Amino acid sequence: MYRWLLCFRYLRTRYIALASIISVTLGVATLIVVNSVMAGFSAEMHERLHGLASDILIECHASSGMPDPEKHLEIIRDVVGEDLAGTSVSVHVPAMLAIDFNGQLINRHVNLVGIDAETYDDVSHFGRYLLHPENRRQASFELRDDGYPDRDRMADWGWEYRRKRANYEKMLADERAMVRSMNGASSAGAEAVESEGPSMGNLVPAELRDADGDGEAQEFDPTKDQYPGIVLGIATCSTKHRDQADAVIDHFYCRPGDDVRMMFPNAADDTKVVNQKFTVVDLYESGMSEYDSTFAFVQLDRLQDYRGMIHPETGARSVTTIQLKLAEGADLNAARDALRRRFPPDMYAYNIQTWRDMQGPLLAAVQLETTILNILLFLIIAVAGFGILATFFMIVVEKTRDIGTLKALGASGGGVMSIFLSYGLLLGVVGSGVGLAGGLLFVDHINSIAGVIESVTGQEVFDPTVYYFSEIPTIIRPAMLVWVMVGAIAIAVIASVLPALRAARMDPVQSLRFE
Amino acid sequence: MNNDVILRAVGIHKSYHKDRLELPVLRGVDVDIEAGKVTALVGRSGSGKSTLMHLMATLDRPDAGEVWFRARRIDNAPRAERDAFRNGDVGIIFQFYHLLPELTALENVLAPTMIGHSVLGYFRHRKEARRRAEAMLDRVGLSHRAAHRPSEMSGGEMQRAAIARSLMNDPQLLLADEPTGNLDTETGQEILSLLRGLNETDGLTIVMITHDDAIAEAADVGYRMKDGRLVTSPRRAIQAACA
Repeated sequence: MYRWLLCFRYLRTRYIALASIISVTLGVATLIVVNSVMAGFSAEMHERLHGLASDILIECHASSGMPDPEKHLEIIRDVVGEDLAGTSVSVHVPAMLAIDFNGQLINRHVNLVGIDAETYDDVSHFGRYLLHPENRRQASFELRDDGYPDRDRMADWGWEYRRKRANYEKMLADERAMVRSMNGASSAGAEAVESEGPSMGNLVPAELRDADGDGEAQEFDPTKDQYPGIVLGIATCSTKHRDQADAVIDHFYCRPGDDVRMMFPNAADDTKVVNQKFTVVDLYESGMSEYDSTFAFVQLDRLQDYRGMIHPETGARSVTTIQLKLAEGADLNAARDALRRRFPPDMYAYNIQTWRDMQGPLLAAVQLETTILNILLFLIIAVAGFGILATFFMIVVEKTRDIGTLKALGASGGGVMSIFLSYGLLLGVVGSGVGLAGGLLFVDHINSIAGVIESVTGQEVFDPTVYYFSEIPTIIRPAMLVWVMVGAIAIAVIASVLPALRAARMDPVQSLRFE
Repeated sequence: MNNDVILRAVGIHKSYHKDRLELPVLRGVDVDIEAGKVTALVGRSGSGKSTLMHLMATLDRPDAGEVWFRARRIDNAPRAERDAFRNGDVGIIFQFYHLLPELTALENVLAPTMIGHSVLGYFRHRKEARRRAEAMLDRVGLSHRAAHRPSEMSGGEMQRAAIARSLMNDPQLLLADEPTGNLDTETGQEILSLLRGLNETDGLTIVMITHDDAIAEAADVGYRMKDGRLVTSPRRAIQAACA
């Protein structure tokens, strides 16, 4: 009983020990904040990575793809069994995106994905990341009139914008034609003038330009018609930067309503480049720059048509990729392994991966980062432990006579030792308890705190141009809290062992005579 | 062993070591403490009287010799037994009081009971213990200071609180190391009267270490120590002269 009474009294009267525990408090609070933010980032990243990639992806390396996807799906259903919750087939092909921006041609390398809008949402969260609210409900490759989010300072998106732009270009072309006829300019001169205008067709090579000729161009009215729809990853056609007021704004090279050109290989053995115009119908923003800057989505059947992936006799359509969604809690690795056994790599040019396999290095890097941060922060608490050790030694020296008195009153060495161990425990509990409260409070208000820091320092703490999140994501895991608390308390107790041993071994006579 | 002898020290030798130098403090001390009496150990500083008291209280162990309490040898008893002896059978008061500064007078008085019991055991008897501690404080005339810390009390009050603490577990023997050594004459006399009263009313055996011959004269039995040896008993010398 006396040990607890003395512990509590020491806690109230020995402020130096409280000072030493502040480092434990700060360490615990920092660990909680860092782990919560890392867990938030990690979860958000997992969510986005997983949201885009289906659970299991079967990719065919052959350019012409898998000739009979239906049969493949039947085999897959047999292999995976009841765990299979959804399937979708698609065509992935590397492509070059060409955007006409104020008369300049912007080229981007993208992965062009032909998807079946009906089934693609069964295996991924594709629709969730589209900007148009209607498309989020049901993805469509038709340009919509309006309803796009107000992201662009330059123009509203949709049919209205498309009509305005088409009319403007038509007027410009008419005016140029008129100037040419008035000047009686030579055809070479006319070409030179034309190349200054925003006409993408003349900037692409002549042999490619002919590919989309097929006689329709004369009848195509851009104010009423659209090319096949394409959904572009937002970072393929935009950049983020800050305006003069330091607000983050998007700058778009093209927007829903614009036409873009795609160049991609066909599926024939003697590969040729297909050059096709598409009309941007929506943009795709997942927040993961890897996806947002490389993906473009079109309708599966269109892409199959353009690439020649239809068997001339049977009419069967090939695909390059089969995506699988498994039931909640299903063992992805087991399913992947079963599929690999069924489609062995020496017979099939298939790559079968789970979404974790695909993002393995990134997930491992985040995990490693979290582990290293935890080790470093625990080292801070360990340093605090040495502070406690030194302080406790001072307190033991200061309390030498009291230790002698306690022993004279019949206290055992173990009893005296337990005073200081309990004191360490109590300091650990108080220090880490305050740290826990502080850390949780910090995490709860982290965005407003970031705001205050920004307003004081003028430096943005959480730059949305870097992170693609509007707020700092946090997740508090109870197991992590327990871990941090137990670790900090253990360090405080361990740090008090040596001083406590010294107190226990003190000679009572020497202690009573201590001046 | 004689029934009247509560504590007996036989052939006690004790040396301290300093830089390989052996400093003999006690050189073969034999002393019997008679039950129910006030025994004074008088001597100059360095004569070994405090060392002898520490050995009698089992705070230290002799190099040679034996210490017996009642019929059991205590100097070589296991540590736990010696702790229990100090906690229950003997009360100790010191020249510098040695109250625990973080605790109030009442808590200081309760300390021996807390030490002697587990947390549960103490909680089971805490009301009784508290009543006894208050009674002890009342007995030494300090009930009005029960909630005060040692830093808020005078020297005499602190020594009274220390006496109340030493009596808490109802010891059979009280060892007092210069109990008035740090007090003015008047306060010292009050403390001596208090101790004498405890001896007379409760029959408490008291061993008092002092360098003051006058205090030794007032004891029932007195021993003089010189150079680590017990030389004469002043009281007995007087008695012998009268006879």
